Amino acid sequence: MSVVLSARGLGKSFGAVVAATDIGIDILTGERVSLVGSNGAGKTTFVNMITGYLKPDCGRILLAGQDITPLTPRAITRLGVARSFQIPQLFSELTVLENMLVSVACQDDQWSFVRPARSTSAVVRADALLERFRLDEHRARRVAELPGGVRKLLDIAMALTGRPRLLLLDEPTSGVSAEEKFPIMDTLMTALDGDALTVLFVEHDMDIVQRHATRVVAFASGRIIADGPPTQALADADVRRYVTGEPAEG
Amino acid sequence: MRTWVLGVTFAGALLLGGWFLPKWLTFLITMAAANGMVSLGIVMLMRGGVVPFGQGMVFAVGGYTAALAFNRFAFSDAMGLALTGGVAATLVAVPVAPLLARYRGIFFAMLTLALSMVVYGLLTKTTALGGSDGFNMGRPTLMGMKLPDAHAGYVLYAVTVALATLLALAARAHFDSSRGLLTLAVRDNELRVEYLGGSVRRAMAANYLLAAFAAGTGGALVVMSLGHVDPNFSYWTTSGEFVFVAILAGWQSVLAVFLASTVLEVVRSFSSAYFPNTWQLALGLFLLFVIRFLPRGLGSLWIRRSGQ
Repeated sequence: MSVVLSARGLGKSFGAVVAATDIGIDILTGERVSLVGSNGAGKTTFVNMITGYLKPDCGRILLAGQDITPLTPRAITRLGVARSFQIPQLFSELTVLENMLVSVACQDDQWSFVRPARSTSAVVRADALLERFRLDEHRARRVAELPGGVRKLLDIAMALTGRPRLLLLDEPTSGVSAEEKFPIMDTLMTALDGDALTVLFVEHDMDIVQRHATRVVAFASGRIIADGPPTQALADADVRRYVTGEPAEG
Repeated sequence: MRTWVLGVTFAGALLLGGWFLPKWLTFLITMAAANGMVSLGIVMLMRGGVVPFGQGMVFAVGGYTAALAFNRFAFSDAMGLALTGGVAATLVAVPVAPLLARYRGIFFAMLTLALSMVVYGLLTKTTALGGSDGFNMGRPTLMGMKLPDAHAGYVLYAVTVALATLLALAARAHFDSSRGLLTLAVRDNELRVEYLGGSVRRAMAANYLLAAFAAGTGGALVVMSLGHVDPNFSYWTTSGEFVFVAILAGWQSVLAVFLASTVLEVVRSFSSAYFPNTWQLALGLFLLFVIRFLPRGLGSLWIRRSGQ
């Protein structure tokens, strides 16, 4: 498998607070990597640096060998990196379908001044994703009326309209009730199954991590403290101490 | 398709009806349609969440360009002058559009206001352009034909109605386009638009250029109807009236813009005739009424929800 994303020597500080130190990682195509760690460990900072929201103080980020460190979020998105947000970033005045159509419109070329937003091809593309995420029943509802779990799924479905090669999900189940968490993740991962897509997701629920991740990267105090298959990484003594809060064995 | 049929039918009715209307009314509708074009441009920007308080600048550029083309270059075709005004205003907007696209809220409004007042100052001090008095222009022609005294007003009315209809239909197509939807999204959540791969600045700059074209065309048509242009075209109160119409109309309907512009012209005409010193008071009260009871403007009377 080829390397889709590489980070080399990434560092980021906010004044005296060190959010990332010497982060180095290779992500392979098709992996489902869970980023775990306590609050302030540096997970979201890492995601924000990959997507261009934050610029690292040092180090480089390579997407399939191309240096994306200095690029804007938009340029990085156009290269195939999509993301969802911890708090879903939607267009609350618009309907679910219109939100999807905006996502489709964002992929359009500059002559989109005259192309109807509701062109058949755009609606078909939007509907296909809504169906994949089981959101079709909410198609005509305004976003402001949607429950939290549906918003989360819509946020992710929108990110997929650009057919990305790397998808970053920032806490896809945060703010969602305990009963909704597993169905949402199951729907999400089933929807992603068809694509040769690499997924990085920040997650606090270790049951979800064990169920859906093929690899776990654990963060503490801005550093990577463990990296490996879920069973191995979650059994690591440092991970048990700093992340899961369980007493270390032995 | 339905919109185009309705638009063309409505324009046809206006053109036919105009033949029988009194001259004062055709003049009033001409002014309302021409000024409505400027406000249509403002609505285009309002859909993206910004309100320009200086569209008088591009309005004046359109007006002065048409008058100068007529006086200095003997270019007299009414349709050509209107489009020349629009193109000139767009060209003037090209260098400032990328700058304006970076600003939002009060900063955008004040920056456009500042630019319009700079142009006002320049026009006032430029004696070659008539200084604060401005200058006159003669009667335009249409497709090589001179306009007879009896029908000149109607022909200008017809040209204005035709261009306003074309612009309105183009604006509707734009509002319903991918780019139009993107503009609504920018108003709602810029960050997400960027993370979906859309360019917020490009969308805002493009909207400003389109608004400039509309304002320049409107300015040229107003100058042809009045036969005179002066720096007040770029004065802040002129810009304020265009914003007044845009707020009155709301950002959902194209038709509402021209309706609101007509309302302003009617109130202005009758109020200045019957209570000349307090007509602004009537306008202010009217706007208060609209903001209180129709916060989304006149257009919300027939369009229930945003984005439709």
